[in-house]
Amino acid sequence: MISDLFSVTVLIGILASGIRLATPYLYAAIGETFSQKSGVLNLGVEGQMLLGAFAAFYVALSTGSLWLGMLTAMIVGALMGLAMAYVTVNLHAQQGISGIGFYLFGLGMSDLLFQKLMGNVETVKGFPKIYIPGLSDIPGIGEIFFSQNILVYGAYLLVPLAWFVLNKTTLGLKIRSVGENPDAADSLGVSVARIRYFTIILGGVLSGIAGASLSIALLNVFQQNMTSGLGFIAVALVYFGGWRPVGVLGGALLFSLINSLQLWIQVLGIPIPSDIAVMMPYVLTILVLVATVSRVRSPSALSKPFEREN
Amino acid sequence: MKKFVLTLVLALALVLSACGAPATEAPVATEAPAEVPAATEAPAATEPPAAPAEPFRVAVVMPSAINDLAFSQSMYDALVRIQEEMGGPEAFEFVYSEGMFVVDDAAAAIRDYATQGYDLVIAHGSQYGSSLQEIAPDFPETSFAWGTTADTFGQPNIFAYEAASQEGGYVNGVLAATLSQSAVIGVVGPIETGDAKLYVDGFGAGVAATNPDVTVNVNYIGSFSDVALASEAATTHISAGADVLTGTAQMVVGAIGKAEENNALWFGTQSNQSSLAPSIVVASQVYHWEVTLREIIALINEGTLGGTSFKANLANGGEVIEFNPDYALSDEAKALAETTIQGIIDGTIKITLP
Repeated sequence: MISDLFSVTVLIGILASGIRLATPYLYAAIGETFSQKSGVLNLGVEGQMLLGAFAAFYVALSTGSLWLGMLTAMIVGALMGLAMAYVTVNLHAQQGISGIGFYLFGLGMSDLLFQKLMGNVETVKGFPKIYIPGLSDIPGIGEIFFSQNILVYGAYLLVPLAWFVLNKTTLGLKIRSVGENPDAADSLGVSVARIRYFTIILGGVLSGIAGASLSIALLNVFQQNMTSGLGFIAVALVYFGGWRPVGVLGGALLFSLINSLQLWIQVLGIPIPSDIAVMMPYVLTILVLVATVSRVRSPSALSKPFEREN
Repeated sequence: MKKFVLTLVLALALVLSACGAPATEAPVATEAPAEVPAATEAPAATEPPAAPAEPFRVAVVMPSAINDLAFSQSMYDALVRIQEEMGGPEAFEFVYSEGMFVVDDAAAAIRDYATQGYDLVIAHGSQYGSSLQEIAPDFPETSFAWGTTADTFGQPNIFAYEAASQEGGYVNGVLAATLSQSAVIGVVGPIETGDAKLYVDGFGAGVAATNPDVTVNVNYIGSFSDVALASEAATTHISAGADVLTGTAQMVVGAIGKAEENNALWFGTQSNQSSLAPSIVVASQVYHWEVTLREIIALINEGTLGGTSFKANLANGGEVIEFNPDYALSDEAKALAETTIQGIIDGTIKITLP
């Protein structure tokens, strides 16, 4: 039975599932990387995702336009980010606590809107798979990497893009300096507030897309609390990835691949109790986290509100 | 600070994603324990039974949303039907708190309802049992019901109710084995316990009895709410060759979507799931709790406040196999299902669970 795991169908299945499962984590965790790099811990990701998921679904369902749904999810995410930025940057609120507040707001609000506007679980036709000409015909590889929907491709393209912006542009330098030493950045004329507003709103937009990737691309349904903790795992993945986009990618893939592996383990009837199987992704992620997290340093100003000294 | 945040994040992630209620229920969050007044549009019944001066008042606390197409909806729908039968809100009034996946909140709501003097307070979720055991003795004049379980804790004011989910599971399994062409069937379950396990095991027994050559792959995803993982589990089943799927608890909406995309057939349970994917849902086992509720209400009106446990099954109409009218099921298959249902009712079919 164990040998069944190494058949071509199963390996392709595991990898293709893992690639898909990692998609929402990537959007949310890359967004979170930006805000944490600038020194803001946003624990409201889950709430932003839920509202984004609902907005995308509802607009796609009522207008028939998936892109309009996407756009709405991004706007909703941006507004949530804007509110979070105001609370943490202008009002100097404790970031962890206000993030939890925004999570609960998103959770309750998405449910309320769902009850009032829809009332019943429905389905939409989500973004179709796009077969990349030529590449999707490669046996195995084609099915795993080049036969996914557009939001899956987008998530993976986001990783090098985020790396480039953070490490190779002036904007990235400003973001990092604001997260490391806001006083120094401020004295050099970088507006700490403006940079943080930018990163928190960007994080909100990406969380909104993460939600949309669930509701109108991967699952094509909306249900209350459908993210079920995914946004918090995304925050953990930022730590896991050591605040680097490529590390986040590694963490998201590891977690998702182990998750799809455990699905297959059960389907193939390999005699591991289901309770143990479903624990695997969490246990493994925690182990890797314990092994790596002490070696990376977090942004020095992370979760510290900035107040200009006179 | 970093360690604190990390611990907090991990703890929340675990709690939220793997929320393991030890029973049949599906935790879904909503806002605070909201008390929503009962629907008032129930049409007046033609012949209202001898209407008491005071309406019969019921309060129910449930773990997920009233429209979850699964466990909580089955209770909500039953209450709406009872209200129609009894002649509308003047005769039967009910309020509910949905989304009470946090047991402490549910316990507070149960106590509040009891204090407000409801005739019957229903704790719809076996995770609420230990709270109820503490609360019920404080309100000897109030009747409580909880499920799914057979345990009344020996208290005179607690009713217990459960469903013989393996029966409908068996019928679904018989049909699934008949309809599967690939001879592979996939099952998406939440956590291997309670009503979910009964259903899945009954389903497997039905398949095995009909065609032992059909493989049933079972996948418990460890969550009642993780729609994404349920969806990926369905994809996994389909990659493994399944052309018929089933599943239980409320996160299966994700799996039904995947089944529809891939044209695999679906068998539902708990509530009627046909509306979600009319082209592929063949049949659903639906809980009709009103059968149990009628008996409980009759007992309360006679002055008995508890002490009995009830089981909904095919024989007493507490479980009904509802076919999807939009799915063209062959007459032969339908006849087979009817024979199976009859066999279970009259006892000629014995369901042996592993």
